[in-house]
Amino acid sequence: MNVSRHMTAASALAPGIHFRDLTLAYDRHPAIHHLDASVPRGALLAIVGPNGSGKSSLLKALVGELRPTEGHIELSGFSRQDVAYLPQQTRVDRHFPLSVADFLSSGLWRECGATAAPCSAARERLAVALHQVGLRGFERRLIGSLSGGQLQRLLFARLIVQERPVVLLDEPFNAVDERTARDLLSLIRDWHGESRTILVVTHDLDQVRAHFPTTLMLARELLSYGSTAEVLTAANLLRARRMGEAFDEQAALCRRRGGT
Amino acid sequence: MLDWLIQPFDDFDFMRRALVGSCIMALAGAPVGVFMTLRRMSLTGDAMAHAILPGAAFGYLLAGLSLGAMTLGGILAGLCVALLSGLVTRSSHLQEDTNLAAFYLISLALGVWLISTQGGSVDLDHVLFGSILALDNATLVLLAGIGSISVLTLALLYRPLVLECCDPTFLRMESSLGPVVHFVFLALVVLNLVAGFHALGTLMAVGLLILPAAAARFWARELGPTLALAAALSFAGSSSGLLLSYHADVPTSATIILCLGSLYVVSFLFGSANGLWLQLFPREHLQA
Repeated sequence: MNVSRHMTAASALAPGIHFRDLTLAYDRHPAIHHLDASVPRGALLAIVGPNGSGKSSLLKALVGELRPTEGHIELSGFSRQDVAYLPQQTRVDRHFPLSVADFLSSGLWRECGATAAPCSAARERLAVALHQVGLRGFERRLIGSLSGGQLQRLLFARLIVQERPVVLLDEPFNAVDERTARDLLSLIRDWHGESRTILVVTHDLDQVRAHFPTTLMLARELLSYGSTAEVLTAANLLRARRMGEAFDEQAALCRRRGGT
Repeated sequence: MLDWLIQPFDDFDFMRRALVGSCIMALAGAPVGVFMTLRRMSLTGDAMAHAILPGAAFGYLLAGLSLGAMTLGGILAGLCVALLSGLVTRSSHLQEDTNLAAFYLISLALGVWLISTQGGSVDLDHVLFGSILALDNATLVLLAGIGSISVLTLALLYRPLVLECCDPTFLRMESSLGPVVHFVFLALVVLNLVAGFHALGTLMAVGLLILPAAAARFWARELGPTLALAAALSFAGSSSGLLLSYHADVPTSATIILCLGSLYVVSFLFGSANGLWLQLFPREHLQA
């Protein structure tokens, strides 16, 4: 494993996300295998790797959707409540007759609670967020009438409204056109400027090279983690491609234990 | 014509009571029905109705034709089935519909077993077909109580429920209400079915929830108007069913369901939001 020294040296107390010997398994087959890594607060991190390499599972474990089979995740300096998460192929039921404005106001859930309507200052924030993703004028449209890219922008607007210090994005640029991707990317860079911690799962390596200072490469195991230039080398990419995607039904029991 | 509409209610106490009962059930049941259709739970309602039947029959066995016993039995049986199937769903890989089917069948079989081993000649007509023309004061108060609980709970639950239908992943991230919302909603379904079975019987009570909701969705696009329209359609269908059955001397509960069914078919054909005629005669498109 070529893990840059300054990454592994992060102490347990440093604010950030710490994966400690983390194993995530589906039906005993690991999707993430004994991952040790620390993401410091304020990082803008790309998570790359082939299909089935555990990228999405890692984010799911971070938000508590997936329970670790072994090891654990330590959050220091913030709690799970501070995390905003944009899942892949979001499980939004688009047939539900809800307007864009009503959908967006769900981003104020923590502030307004389950029953109260948003106050006028909060409504102002909703309008600003819609404007930022270029959806002004869409307020009364039903979410079912949006295109895939427009829905993705709406979900981004909700992330803006949520104003969380940690943002997890799972393939956020799927289904959006080039210009929108550029806009959303500049939004992410603004968040980075505000010292938020941002983890983005993506397949677009050119984009990673251009915009992400650090990269974590997975192929079920941690292949490489460090500055993007060090990680996205031809040798590493080749190793990632060699990962066997299918689970090995005859695989032996893993005897590795934490701390080894 | 006006006579035809008003005279039965003017002349007969039982018709007025039936009208009040229909109104209560329309206000309480139809909005719940709208959420059921949106959650793809239309047939879940039918399964729940079957689950309630043995509870009501058991109450009848214990206490005779007692309103309280049958209501309580029905609610308990329904909640048990909802809770158990929810629990198994959360701790297994099977989908909820499968577990619900399993538990309502167990409940139904238990009911049949109970009734036949007790050997009583249980008159199940009331349970199966209801008695909307024989609603006494106690039953009306019960319906009003159930209806009020249902409307108030739905109002409190509105936002979490909408989010749980539309974006459950997000609700799970933002609050721990998800499972609570789902179970309370199932409880609302059970309550409304129990209210409905006193009037229409267990087998047709679910029609009072689903048919107006399905019809309303052909006219209204947004959720708020759909809820209001469903309640209005439910009341319209029930009262015309009452009148028709009175004048034509035909069974009341079936006539009410048939009226609601006709509303559904008409809505499907001519609905202003998604009716068939819009597909057959598409309107000219706009420039942008």
